[in-house]
Amino acid sequence: VSLNWASLDRNSPDWATLDRAAPHRPSRESAVRIAWVYPDLLSTYGDRGNLLVLAHRAALRGLPVEAVEVRSDQPVPVDADIYLLGGGEDGPQALAARRLAADGGLASAVNRGAAVFAVCAGYQVLGRSFFAKGQKCGGLGLLDLESDRGPSRAVGELAGEIDERLGLPTLTGFENHGGRTHLGRDVRPLATVSAGVGNDGLCEGAWRGSVLGTYSHGPALSRNPALADLLLCWATGRPALDPIDDAWPERLRTERLRALHLV
Amino acid sequence: MRTALAVSVTRSVAALSRVAGRGDGSVIGGRVGMMIDPALLTHLSGGRRIALISGTNGKTTTTRLTAAALGVLGPVATNSFGANMPAGHTTALARAGDTPYGVLEVDEHYLRRVLDETGAEVVALLNLSRDQLDRAKEVAMMAQLWRDAVQERDVSIVANADDPMVTFAAAGHPGVTWVAAGQRWYDDSWVCPGCGGAIKRAEAGETQITGGGGAPDADWRCTGCDLCRPSPQWRITGEAVVDPAGVRHEIQLELPGRVNRANAATALAVAAHFGVRPAAAVPRLAEVASVAGRYARVQLDGRAVRLLLAKNPAGWLEAFDMADHEPTLLAVNARGPDGLDTSWLFDVDFSPLRGRRVLISGDRAHDLAVRLSVNGVPFEHVPDLDAAVAAVPPGRLEVIANYTAFQDIRTELNRVT
Repeated sequence: VSLNWASLDRNSPDWATLDRAAPHRPSRESAVRIAWVYPDLLSTYGDRGNLLVLAHRAALRGLPVEAVEVRSDQPVPVDADIYLLGGGEDGPQALAARRLAADGGLASAVNRGAAVFAVCAGYQVLGRSFFAKGQKCGGLGLLDLESDRGPSRAVGELAGEIDERLGLPTLTGFENHGGRTHLGRDVRPLATVSAGVGNDGLCEGAWRGSVLGTYSHGPALSRNPALADLLLCWATGRPALDPIDDAWPERLRTERLRALHLV
Repeated sequence: MRTALAVSVTRSVAALSRVAGRGDGSVIGGRVGMMIDPALLTHLSGGRRIALISGTNGKTTTTRLTAAALGVLGPVATNSFGANMPAGHTTALARAGDTPYGVLEVDEHYLRRVLDETGAEVVALLNLSRDQLDRAKEVAMMAQLWRDAVQERDVSIVANADDPMVTFAAAGHPGVTWVAAGQRWYDDSWVCPGCGGAIKRAEAGETQITGGGGAPDADWRCTGCDLCRPSPQWRITGEAVVDPAGVRHEIQLELPGRVNRANAATALAVAAHFGVRPAAAVPRLAEVASVAGRYARVQLDGRAVRLLLAKNPAGWLEAFDMADHEPTLLAVNARGPDGLDTSWLFDVDFSPLRGRRVLISGDRAHDLAVRLSVNGVPFEHVPDLDAAVAAVPPGRLEVIANYTAFQDIRTELNRVT
């Protein structure tokens, strides 16, 4: 099954471009290639937003973007620069983990140094194991972590100070999950929790190399534009990107953190 | 005796609550009545012929249209305030006194229970899509709950053939009347709720697909099992509803958009079950001008303001279709009834608004601002409706708001109905 890559630019009518793109192979060598992995299984509220924000912020810097939605009956491309995984219910999550393991494309891409940004169920899938429908399921082992069930569902605003090695401002998001995640030695927490639960009430998310996972919806990259830019830097190899007008994302961040009395 | 007391108390408490300015009293009245007589809803339903209307979107409007159509036959009890759980149904029936008919809007989650308690003759299933994820069940799970509620039950079903989730719930039941009620939002029905297979849809310009229902409209079928679009008995063409006999009924609705013509078709199909001829009911549908503030038109400082409610992604797409090409205020909150997570904003493509003057307000205007920036839709942020009215020239102003933002605006307008 061939993949439909679509070019996104500032004038593209949002994801309609993705859905209705005429089939073509990735063409522009210089383009940032973004693969949204298994939106048919791993996509809950607003997960598409992470792709849209990345494409928008790249386009504002004049960086061409090519994006593809990879359905679970299609092979995961090995030549994308950024891979996105979203949230999902237990059944689809377990199915996604099995198919990704059998496909092997995502693991190859990670070995090659591609960037991965995974949210919620997608984040758990990157770990060694997780629980779905009361059963322990094998994950992809791309991050050294294990997830199980917590005593209660974590629903609400989530915030935390991001690992100083990443040099990013406070993380803000909305979490909605029943899992608790325990980090191994080979990963670092993405953030120290200042509000909400995250992994375990103390730390939130995890990262290693250019693979990053979080429980933050919102979508996360709409509330954390610096995190979006970090992924674009990893993808392009640039140390920094031109500044753009972030007045509205900044107002949104201030409002959300103020609601938690964090600023 | 117990029921009579419960009915009397239900009415009194509802009236007291209303006088005290605490809403319209539908919920508290019914709750107190059900404490006195736990089977009150069943007792109040006895002797009445009842239709239920459920779905993610359009249920309040379709309930109103159906009640208007059934009005041809006599007085109709209905929960026209949108209180759509058993307490609201109880109050509606208690208030109505002896009426031969009842039309009740039912929250999707309560369908089985209300079918059980009311013994309804007809149930209309409109559509299912994502709505407030941090509270509600997954869409496919809801389709299964509906299926469990209606299959094996002696009830007539009026169902939307264009929604695979609804079709899954009703398919195979011997008493289904199919309506081509349309579906603008596909993103919750790409996967068959029965077998998990992919749903294939007719491409633009293609009217039917091999193995589909073969109906001359947008066709669909599951690629993994035999679920497919049933051939509809009721259809919509342009401004007309076509009944099962093939007769066209031109409908002149006050309510905007294709979705309301579809709601009208559903109302006519439900009414037909009770023996109402479409030709007799059509004039009554035209009399419905607004529904609990939805679609209401208000004059403010020389601006003709129209209110549209959009509670979820599918509802927003319908609202863009209903709204005219005029200055438009979008208002978004994220309080309890709205769902606390605003991520859904990125599931809505706001690009149909490009070229219109767009203003934004509400508790979560900043989330909306970021969304519109990414979507390439220019906007202006205003504090409230008054500021929006002041910002636009005399003429029209369309307002699209989610649930509590809509209620805030109604309050600004003295609870316009």
